[in-house]
Amino acid sequence: MPGKIRSRDEIIAQFKDGQTVMCGGMHNHGTPNNLIQCIIDSGVKHLTVISIDSADANLTLGRLYHHRLVDKLITSYIGRNTEVVAMLEAGEIDVEFVPQGSLAERVRCGGAGLGGVLTKTGLGTVVEETRQIVEINDSGEKYLLETALRADIGLVRARMADPLGNLAYRGTLRNSNPLIATASDLTIVDADMLMDVDEIGIDRIGTPGVYVDMVLAK
Amino acid sequence: MDIRNRIAKRAAEYFKAGDVVNLGVGIPGMCSDYAVPGVMFHTENGFIGVGPAATGLQKVESFSNASSTEFVPVSGSCAFDSAESFAIVRSGRLAATVLGGLQVAENGDLANWTRPGGKFGMGGAMDLVNGTRNVIVAMELCAKNGSPKIVKECSYPLTGKHCVNHIVTEQCVIDVTPQGLVLLEVLEGLSPAEIQRQVEPLLIVSNSIKTMER
Repeated sequence: MPGKIRSRDEIIAQFKDGQTVMCGGMHNHGTPNNLIQCIIDSGVKHLTVISIDSADANLTLGRLYHHRLVDKLITSYIGRNTEVVAMLEAGEIDVEFVPQGSLAERVRCGGAGLGGVLTKTGLGTVVEETRQIVEINDSGEKYLLETALRADIGLVRARMADPLGNLAYRGTLRNSNPLIATASDLTIVDADMLMDVDEIGIDRIGTPGVYVDMVLAK
Repeated sequence: MDIRNRIAKRAAEYFKAGDVVNLGVGIPGMCSDYAVPGVMFHTENGFIGVGPAATGLQKVESFSNASSTEFVPVSGSCAFDSAESFAIVRSGRLAATVLGGLQVAENGDLANWTRPGGKFGMGGAMDLVNGTRNVIVAMELCAKNGSPKIVKECSYPLTGKHCVNHIVTEQCVIDVTPQGLVLLEVLEGLSPAEIQRQVEPLLIVSNSIKTMER
């Protein structure tokens, strides 16, 4: 197959027990659903998942929880997913909550070679209890330190992908996908459309192919 | 007008043409029905220009808001990723955010993401109250059991400290000021004393108090 296009079987073989997987999408929209199916078919367990939310029960990303494949979740919100809420109440999953904007920044840092960012989001709240507070010498301003997040595998949904892994997005389908494309050791893409090289258009590319390792074949 | 629409309509009076505004779910989301033309709506999942709910062929996965409702983009819309979306929030580019509230304290502290022991997560609420130029809480004055939601100190987990600017309820409009809570408007037929009875902190009654339409 040309360039970074990979077969379903080759992608399934990448998943291992205990990996950390970052996944794009929010509230069932912009989720790499074909790659979620690859994880389920791989039979792996004990995953740590990093994602904006946990989708709905047994829908899109929520299917991973329905099949009990996840031990830990780093996210901003699980309220839509009745199964994950029940698992948390039963002590069957470990959930770390991060304010949504801070979670996005942590992933961005992970993909940008940075150690973290300073933010006032969460100051004076429960978030502060698990963060280092940094006081700037000159101004005395206080911030929370939000450290970078990376994963073994990043799962990305794109509208278009070419064989070099250049990606284009559309509307709110983008959400966390361009960030997640940058922050993993192995980045795998589920694109609605596979394009030829140069077909997407130089200025239309949202994620440079240099970040991408594999694109799921059609 | 029912209570929920009354609150939404009054909260929307804070918006002016050219503003970019974020609306929470529930009553805040209804504010878009009452906004003046020229206001653009931001959604956390990366969009400015959220329009009416989509139907038919316009209902596509690529345009959905933070409540997962598909919408039609308005002219002039733009899309961006989640990091950019919250950079817009934190850097003060939003003229206003309208959120629900569980408790608002005298000093402007807000608790709106969970009751004690809640297990849903804060979503983007803590980010939205950090940087947005006007934080507007749109809520009913009292909880369903009649207990005050405007309190001396929040007992529920905080969303943010000293962050609320305006409180709009079905009975009154209150501003948070350095001097305390200022009662600006009271619903037609009610007196300031009747509002005071339903809140914990002492209200400062504005010299130019107005009547809120039913």
